Amino acid sequence: MAASSIPAGGHGDPTRRDFLMVATGALGAVGVAAVAWPFINNLNPAADTLALSSVEVNVQPIAVGQAVTVKWRGKPLFIRHRTPEEIKEAEAVPLSQLRDPQTDNSRVTDTAKKVRPEWLVQIGVCTHLGCVPLGNKPGDPKGPFGGWFCPCHGSAYDTSGRIRQGPAPKNLEIPPYLFTSDTLVRVG
Amino acid sequence: MASSHGTPPAFNNKVIAWIDHRLPIFSYIEKEYHTFPTPRNFNYFWNFGAIATVMLVLMIATGVVLATNYTPHTSMAFDSVERIMRDVPSGWLMRYLHMNGASFFFIAVYVHIFRGMYYGSYKAPRELLWILGVIIFLLMMATAFMGYVLPWGQMSFWGATVITNLFSAIPVVGDSIVTWLWGGFAVENPTLNRFYALHYLLPFVIVAVVALHVVALHVHGSNNPLGIDPKGPQDTVPFHPYYTMKDGFGVVVFLIVYAAFVFFSPNMLGDAANYIEANPLVTPTHIVPEWYFLPYYAILRAIPDKLGGVLAMFGAIAVLFVLPWLDTSRVRSCSFRPIYKWFMFVLVIDVVVLGVCGANPPEGWYVPIAQLATVYYFFHFLILLPVLGKIERPRPLPPSIADAVLKKAG
Repeated sequence: MAASSIPAGGHGDPTRRDFLMVATGALGAVGVAAVAWPFINNLNPAADTLALSSVEVNVQPIAVGQAVTVKWRGKPLFIRHRTPEEIKEAEAVPLSQLRDPQTDNSRVTDTAKKVRPEWLVQIGVCTHLGCVPLGNKPGDPKGPFGGWFCPCHGSAYDTSGRIRQGPAPKNLEIPPYLFTSDTLVRVG
Repeated sequence: MASSHGTPPAFNNKVIAWIDHRLPIFSYIEKEYHTFPTPRNFNYFWNFGAIATVMLVLMIATGVVLATNYTPHTSMAFDSVERIMRDVPSGWLMRYLHMNGASFFFIAVYVHIFRGMYYGSYKAPRELLWILGVIIFLLMMATAFMGYVLPWGQMSFWGATVITNLFSAIPVVGDSIVTWLWGGFAVENPTLNRFYALHYLLPFVIVAVVALHVVALHVHGSNNPLGIDPKGPQDTVPFHPYYTMKDGFGVVVFLIVYAAFVFFSPNMLGDAANYIEANPLVTPTHIVPEWYFLPYYAILRAIPDKLGGVLAMFGAIAVLFVLPWLDTSRVRSCSFRPIYKWFMFVLVIDVVVLGVCGANPPEGWYVPIAQLATVYYFFHFLILLPVLGKIERPRPLPPSIADAVLKKAG
């Protein structure tokens, strides 16, 4: 073999062979990444799962003070018809008292920027570890702030669904929703 | 045993000799499980590695049989498990063996881990052996968790919801990870499918890591209750028949207790709420994991911050990986560590206290007790171990295993 023509050792000028090694290695890494991607992407939600992502609810039968639970994207959706007292209570809270500061107004605005303080539409999933808080059914404990209470780890939400006490870091999530008429709301 | 080293054994059977000349499996078995020199002073704590292996085989055998009748779909999973219980011949037995087998696998592994910690088996030159063990433990936890989801009961569903939501605490990528775990917007059918696939896969990964664990074990051989290395043939006995018999005896005793649960109290270690089919709209008032996860669950809830709780829970296991370097004492066995010996028992009590806190709702006294026990857990590993190794004065070690054993006998 023509071993003598190759500079001995690794030091000194990079050789053609070094370049080929690095180039091959780099191309191999790109190839592995390109093959890995479909495997990771495969874990993402499928098209039929995504297709189930919007729901329409008729809110006419929900009386003042009542709430309903609807299933949306496999999760409970809380729609509460709030009483004037509950609205007043939620609006009166100073933002400095909130862990996740949000005005009540910003939580009752639909995607068309229309504010309907009597309708609170939120995802009924505790932002701590995903339990369904109590307080949507008559007779449920509503917790010390009159909204919802999570029995798993003791998080309490107020009448605007904002976190007030317990381990949850965030307010109950507001999904994108739109009142297509005064009695019909589309979520998702 | 000393005679067989270096020279391959001669096999009288021509077929065995023919095979062994081409694939030396018989030489391997002879060397590693027959003549293998093993410290002569093992106590019954040394049974639990063999017991855990037996449980792993038993879990795979019952699991494969159960898989032939199980349907991984949210609308059929619960009913298919009930069908296994009522209609499938011996189905109830397979399921109860598998269900209680998980608990007894964890019992065996927890005793095995305690043994390793009490007698300092993790110290040089066995650090990698220990780390492989911690990896097995992690894989077991993942497998057990995903298996618990499969019957699709209320605890299955809500346990899966709470545990997968843990990952949402990770900043930036947390939510993407949760979506990948779920394959949707919540724990749903895609989640059940992928958990089933992984629950079937991971036990075989465990088998592979157990094989590495055993290979690493056979490099320097087993530790022993004295924590000193064998110095010659007078300190060891061949593995077979001495420890095949002792392990066999321990396995039988363990299986008797296990069988007592399987046949007389099969649901004692489970949660009644898991016999209610999963309902994504109703959370059970009190979510608890299986008993073997309770101490970690208590640590999770002890920290009043989501990310902090998650970090503490994973940290409680992560700290085990660096245990060989946290312990600064040069003496392995607690038998010769007059102070640390007692702290080992305090740690056991601490973990039990955490377990009790994890089983109860996070209210009243359970909250501060769980917090205190969590602090103590980390204090033990991160402060006590490094400091005590420096200041503790160990008792004198015996000159050899044979010396100690014969003195005790005489």
